[in-house]
Amino acid sequence: MLKPLALALLTLTAPMLTAPAALADDLRGTGDLGLIVEREAGSLLVVDRSERAAIGRIEGLGDLSHASLVYSPDERFAYVFGRDGGLTKVDILTRTIVKRVVQGGNSIGGAISDDGKLVAVSNYEPGGVKVFDAETLDLVADVPMGSKTVGIADVPGSRFVVATWDTGEVWVLDHAADPAKPVITKLTGIGANPYDALLTGDGRTYIVGLFGEKGLTAVDLWQDPPKATRFLPDYGKDQPDLPVYKMPHLQGWTLADGVFALPAVGLHQLLWVDAANLSEIARTDLAGQPVFAVARPDKREIWVNFAPPGNDKVQIIDVMTHQVTDTITPGKGVLHMEFAPRGREVWLSVRDENRVEIRDARSHEVLAEIPARAPSGIFFTDRAHQTGL
Amino acid sequence: MARLVAALLLVALALPASAGTVTPDRADELRYIVRQDCGSCHGLRMTGGLGRAITPAALAGRDPDDLSTIILDGMPGTAMPGWRPLLSEDEARWIADYLLTQEP
Ligand code: HEC
Repeated sequence: MLKPLALALLTLTAPMLTAPAALADDLRGTGDLGLIVEREAGSLLVVDRSERAAIGRIEGLGDLSHASLVYSPDERFAYVFGRDGGLTKVDILTRTIVKRVVQGGNSIGGAISDDGKLVAVSNYEPGGVKVFDAETLDLVADVPMGSKTVGIADVPGSRFVVATWDTGEVWVLDHAADPAKPVITKLTGIGANPYDALLTGDGRTYIVGLFGEKGLTAVDLWQDPPKATRFLPDYGKDQPDLPVYKMPHLQGWTLADGVFALPAVGLHQLLWVDAANLSEIARTDLAGQPVFAVARPDKREIWVNFAPPGNDKVQIIDVMTHQVTDTITPGKGVLHMEFAPRGREVWLSVRDENRVEIRDARSHEVLAEIPARAPSGIFFTDRAHQTGL
Repeated sequence: MARLVAALLLVALALPASAGTVTPDRADELRYIVRQDCGSCHGLRMTGGLGRAITPAALAGRDPDDLSTIILDGMPGTAMPGWRPLLSEDEARWIADYLLTQEP
């Protein structure tokens, strides 16, 4: 009985195995794809890095101002966190919405667990974190925190870490034993009004930026319990605070050459910090309030964009000299920059001019342009494999 | 003279009471600033984010002069910045009226 069946199976599958050409034409990898948020239109532009072109659009995602997204481990699906509390799972190959739930009143970001099984959403209203099954988007755990939450990131071992704006805490949620009942570790006294945070690529250091007071806090997640250290407590104490027309983002900012390069708050400066002892090394004067300070993947340069009114510019800073080496003016409303994984080129969204500009990351020349509707965040699929993104 | 006054009055009536020196072109820009720049903290539709909701419903009954002052000087001790370096008093008042009456 088994033999005829196996034979039948063989004959059935043989043609497929020997003549996959037609199928292969339809198949494609996703490693050079990306998604660009079109915030006003509530849509996502699907882009192909190799082609430097848009290859499709996914519509109907609601209010996407301040939207961000994370990728599934297979780089096929993205989970999009919208301002209106929507959590949408999209398929970038078929360019369709797989599922959409409105899970809160006002969400600010999210993260995917290291095993790809859980998606956590950080909410302003009601303040806290909700955790969903990545396959079905069914609610797995609801963790109210009594505060707006910011800077959520995935920590190795089915964990998430998040900071609280109103109460100045850091919460670590450990879903390893029972996803529905995370073990919670809470650190208090982190500082006044954390506005954003980021996790280093090794998953060890969670850096929290403070708005309500000077300084930042680093949490060492390798310690048990995690250990918080305040640093740069006095930066800018001697200078008057400048108005902050847009909150800086810490995500995307990274460790370059053993140092952290941090956007200052209320100062038009980039702060350089020794990663080993958290002391200040240098400062660089900038053209405005920095928003993103992103390292080119080789970590040789930091690219910075700005809050209004300087949001038409990008400045490039040399990591070795801490000097601004170039100031470029892509156009009005430069909201985000995303490097190709190996750093060959950088994509910049120019919101008010409805286009995305692609520049050579070394010569800074414009290589191409893609029309997009009020583009904001640009997300390449290689983020799927990076802790904290 | 009376004709001129009447004509001026008509023009004045056609604009919001406090339009001051805000030209139609500048009004377009201000609408854009509200959506994008205020929107980065208050949400694209002003329904709230880091800053609270500033929709007509949320602001109902508020004095437009008070709102202009908040817009120009910010709210010390909070993340609400003062916009005086970027907006004139007339423009702030225009935005206050706009917030009170229009769903952006
Ligand atoms: C960097 C963030 C940020 C930006 C940008 C911002 N706001 Fe605010 N705004 C806030 C916060 C935070 C509050 C609430 C302060 C509090 O908690 O009481 C606020 C409060 C307000 C209030 C008072 C609301 C009330 O109920 O009293 C008004 C009006 C307002 N903002 C208007 C604006 C306008 C107009 C703009 C754009 C020109 C703007 N805001 C841009 C953060 C911001």
